[in-house]
Amino acid sequence: MSAVDTAVAPAAVRSTLAADADSLRARLTRRVQHGGWFVAPFLALFALFVLLPIGRGLWLSFTDANISGTGARFVGLDNYREALASPLLWDSLGHSAYFTLLVVPCIVVLAFLLAMLAHHIERAKWLWRLCFFAPFLLPSTVAGNLWQWLFNPATGMINHVFGLDTPWLTQKSTALLAVVITTLWWTVGFSFLLFLAALQSIPRHLYEAAELDGAGAWQRMVHITLPMLRNITGLVITLQILASLQVFDQAVVMQDFGPGPEESTRTFVQYTLEEGFTSYRVGYASAISIIFFVLIAAVALGRMWLLRKREEGVR
Amino acid sequence: MSTTTLSKAAVRKKKWTPSQIVLTAVGVAVSALWMTPLLWALFTSLKSETEAVEVPTHWVPREWTGQAWEALFESGNITNWFVNSLVVSVCVTFIVVFVSALAGYGFARTEFRGKNVLLGLVMAGLMVSPAVLGVPLFTTVQSMGMVDTYWGMILPQCAPAAMVYILYKFFQSIPHELEEAAYIDGAGRWRVFFTIVLPLSRPSLSAVGIFTFIASWNNFLWPYMVTNNPDLMTMPNGIATVMNSYGIQWAQLMAGGLMAGLPLIVVFVFFQRQIVSGVAHTGLAGQ
Repeated sequence: MSAVDTAVAPAAVRSTLAADADSLRARLTRRVQHGGWFVAPFLALFALFVLLPIGRGLWLSFTDANISGTGARFVGLDNYREALASPLLWDSLGHSAYFTLLVVPCIVVLAFLLAMLAHHIERAKWLWRLCFFAPFLLPSTVAGNLWQWLFNPATGMINHVFGLDTPWLTQKSTALLAVVITTLWWTVGFSFLLFLAALQSIPRHLYEAAELDGAGAWQRMVHITLPMLRNITGLVITLQILASLQVFDQAVVMQDFGPGPEESTRTFVQYTLEEGFTSYRVGYASAISIIFFVLIAAVALGRMWLLRKREEGVR
Repeated sequence: MSTTTLSKAAVRKKKWTPSQIVLTAVGVAVSALWMTPLLWALFTSLKSETEAVEVPTHWVPREWTGQAWEALFESGNITNWFVNSLVVSVCVTFIVVFVSALAGYGFARTEFRGKNVLLGLVMAGLMVSPAVLGVPLFTTVQSMGMVDTYWGMILPQCAPAAMVYILYKFFQSIPHELEEAAYIDGAGRWRVFFTIVLPLSRPSLSAVGIFTFIASWNNFLWPYMVTNNPDLMTMPNGIATVMNSYGIQWAQLMAGGLMAGLPLIVVFVFFQRQIVSGVAHTGLAGQ
């Protein structure tokens, strides 16, 4: 309905058109109202399996509940006091944090390099994608077992190929490092794929224009590729931090479900599950879970806050 | 990085320029390194158990034998686990794609009371996984009587805030005009959603579906918590228990591991183009 049409039209027609426009607008608004039905199925599942457990965990954390769930007594902040004073909590948290500090930078750099490689080779593109992504398609238990064996000091390939006799998994100084190496190989494919998709969606004309202006390969990389990859890099870092803090599978599989040499590979998740399912102290385990949840939330919110600050800085 | 790869002419002709030769050589070397562990697993699975643990170790079997693979199928619950994994992952994938497409659209394109609060809650849910709140989630599922059932394995994996968020971002990017034109022609909300919005979102939906399938097929922690019954175990759990129960039979273990990874590798080989373009479409990789 353009302004010109209504201006030249007689008054009567003009008012009908206006009424039409009004009713159209009303109809469109009505269409988008009451959208609650769209989100209802998800919200039902979300309430049952996310919100309810958070609430329940919060309640249990103030009790001495065991696995059977009967006869729980309210104990106030006792669980939290005990947890925060427990060296096991801080040790396991330390292992998860150390793991995260090692894995995240390595994954980001490695994924970026592999994606650049796969993006720039012109032949057999599917082959590079398959090779780098394939390990991610293995279940964590399989990746863990496979590397447990590669790291085996006597029959494993790693010592054989490099001529070492390092007892990788049974000495404190290398046990967690072995888990880190396994994780790099196993999970880099996911971030690799994100980087690759981002590289492919950079408009080609940017490079062509830069080339006409005489920019060399290095300049194009610094002034086009890297800035265009900023968002995806941020996303990869966030996802990797959250995933790495939650490390569990590979670590327990490689140590046959134990805590590792001198308890050096017990991660935070493992500690929670041991308290909950091995010692049956559900109340205490819930308190640790809540501490963990708060920690993860702090990391995620901190990241969001940084992001917002940066956006404001850009503006 | 190479300079020639970027110009269109070079892409069309695929010339063997010096930089392409170098890059391809590097690519071959790196991917050979990357595939070595898998190849090692394959070779091991084709050795006899005694040859597999021989010292010093060697790459290629001296005597090729399918014994480990046979033992796997004879002794094993492996077909059983395979079916369980399939049932669980297919159900999870269908429910997740359906439910999060609806929710993503609802949040992106409709209005209702409390929308912003609910959206905030869903964002908070991004931080929760069975690893973070495993024990309370277990007791919740236990109180619903779903321990050691398929539902207990499936439903708790079906509320992934991340997938809703991805699709929410994607639906926001669809031009409003498309929907408005359909409304003017008299189509209802649901009709617009099913006949216009969903077909447009196929690449994003398939990316979400494939990632959900991979995550669910490979999920170890949740099935490990929620089931002790060997008949209900999924592939990753079954393999972990094989490892614990009979002492380590490496050849058999490697065969089992390859079996567990194979379906996804086949899926990836067929769908890799869609996966990469799907990721680009979801705005996950967005600029």
